[in-house]
Amino acid sequence: MSVDAATVRRVAHLARIAVSDAEIAHLQGELNSILAFVEQLDEVDVSGIEPMTSVIPMSLKKRQDVVSDGNVQALVTANAPMREDGFFMVPKVVE
Amino acid sequence: MSDLTRLSIADLRAGYARKAFSATEVTKAYLAAMEKARALNAYVLETPEKALEMAAASDKRIATGTVGALEGVPLGIKDLFATNGTRTTACSNILGNFVPTYESTVSSQLWRDGGVMLGKLNNDEFAMGSSNETSAFGPVVNPWKVAGYNQQLVPGGSSGGSAAAISGFLAAGVTATDTGGSIRQPAAFTGTVGIKPTYGRCSRWGIVAFASSLDQAGPMARTVRDSAILLKSMAGHDPKDSTSVDLPVPDYEAALTGEAKGLVIGIPKEYRVDGMPAEIEALWQRGIEWLKAAGATIREISLPHTKYALPAYYIVAPAEASSNLARYDGVRYGLRVPGDDIVDMYEKTRAAGFGKEVRRRIMIGTYVLSAGYYDAYYVKAQKIRTLIKRDFDLAWEAGVDAILTPATPSAAFGIGAKVDADPVEMYLNDVFTVTVNMAGLPGIAVPAGLDGDGLPLGLQLIGKPFDEPTLFRTAGVIEQAAGHFPVKPWW
Repeated sequence: MSVDAATVRRVAHLARIAVSDAEIAHLQGELNSILAFVEQLDEVDVSGIEPMTSVIPMSLKKRQDVVSDGNVQALVTANAPMREDGFFMVPKVVE
Repeated sequence: MSDLTRLSIADLRAGYARKAFSATEVTKAYLAAMEKARALNAYVLETPEKALEMAAASDKRIATGTVGALEGVPLGIKDLFATNGTRTTACSNILGNFVPTYESTVSSQLWRDGGVMLGKLNNDEFAMGSSNETSAFGPVVNPWKVAGYNQQLVPGGSSGGSAAAISGFLAAGVTATDTGGSIRQPAAFTGTVGIKPTYGRCSRWGIVAFASSLDQAGPMARTVRDSAILLKSMAGHDPKDSTSVDLPVPDYEAALTGEAKGLVIGIPKEYRVDGMPAEIEALWQRGIEWLKAAGATIREISLPHTKYALPAYYIVAPAEASSNLARYDGVRYGLRVPGDDIVDMYEKTRAAGFGKEVRRRIMIGTYVLSAGYYDAYYVKAQKIRTLIKRDFDLAWEAGVDAILTPATPSAAFGIGAKVDADPVEMYLNDVFTVTVNMAGLPGIAVPAGLDGDGLPLGLQLIGKPFDEPTLFRTAGVIEQAAGHFPVKPWW
């Protein structure tokens, strides 16, 4: 499978990465080279094979469903590029 | 006192016990060495004040006789580990001046045991790279050079700063992480020891995530014994990481018996790849002879899905990365580039903050996870992972105790040598190491010799899940036979 310029634009938008027109052709070439590299997996017969979900067989541990952390609002927002009154600030989302 | 940086962690431990020097003296020697070695660009942040404060606290504990396993040992921390109050960037512009308000579990255990933090180490941006050239702080220079030439070489990656610091005597021990070979390949390129433990052995909590089903933390050190000492402190169950395993941590040092009697060592024929340099083949053969001489039985084995590990990795790792790196949105931390609306802000922030290789991998990951392609790529790659793991399981069931392979297909290459090449060419560096991550197994790289240019080459041992002791034991035999390869400082 290979990607065209429109697909590169669509994927960039899905990934929320701005891409200029000048970058498209180069990115398209690079993505296609990686996709060509992974194409060799088509040689492998995977019928009846379960996809791996955990490399180490283990059951997830459970804990009591209680509050174990919190009341650290100042720490949570300490690194925010824009904050006010303990909130993260973002551009207006709803008119 | 300049010789203090030449001592191993085991030497430091013995020296402190007989009061031969103080932790403050050792720490000062390292801080001076770091200052002189800035041209290597191994550290992205030096923390001398913190180091001296921690060393003074160590000296107090040494005076009272209540010492931890790493008491007074100066350590460098890969910049992927969150350090409370100390800038942590994953060497990406998108994290900017991020200062964590918490400490990664692994580093907190090093401080619990008396370690001294020297600073934060350079790495490929978000650990995506095999040469440390994708770092936002610029490339790291390998302390090794071809004799008589001035060309600067890469230290490998992604833990390139860790490798340069340990090989250049700029830390007594370092932390690193390994998603596809990021501990073992740089160890091989710098003549040092690096172990990627079994998936789940070390907590991933507080480590900047790349590909969560593959990432593991591990140490790099100048000797096998030192790497055993470091792993003992780093490993262990952590309730904050549900994939960390609740198993006791063995005394890894006790595994260093100096012999390999009764061990069955597998030699996988699929690792004899086309175009492998004769020197690597010869090194592998020498490793086989050393292990035989130490009492091991050598057995040829087959791991038929080996060649599919790297292409499957380049689906699984970018897919998980595209998901993990969605969090860098310009809202909660790091860089923010203003936009017309929120989506425009996200897109501009991420375009400006991520480097080229990271953008490429996020896009590949986004593509393979996008509607209509998920089964054809991601699910298929996870099925291939099952087959890769099964290859190893069959070897263990047939009585193999560990597997010996070359660590890398070549010695260190020049800075810039592969920058304009097809990205796949750089990915091929990890051809011998990536299978281990795909199967969740432990793997250790140990220096085994020098090539014709005088550059270090390493061998890799792959073990059963949680059988790190056998890896330390076997690597110890190779180390004994091969000797040590200290670099001659030129900087």
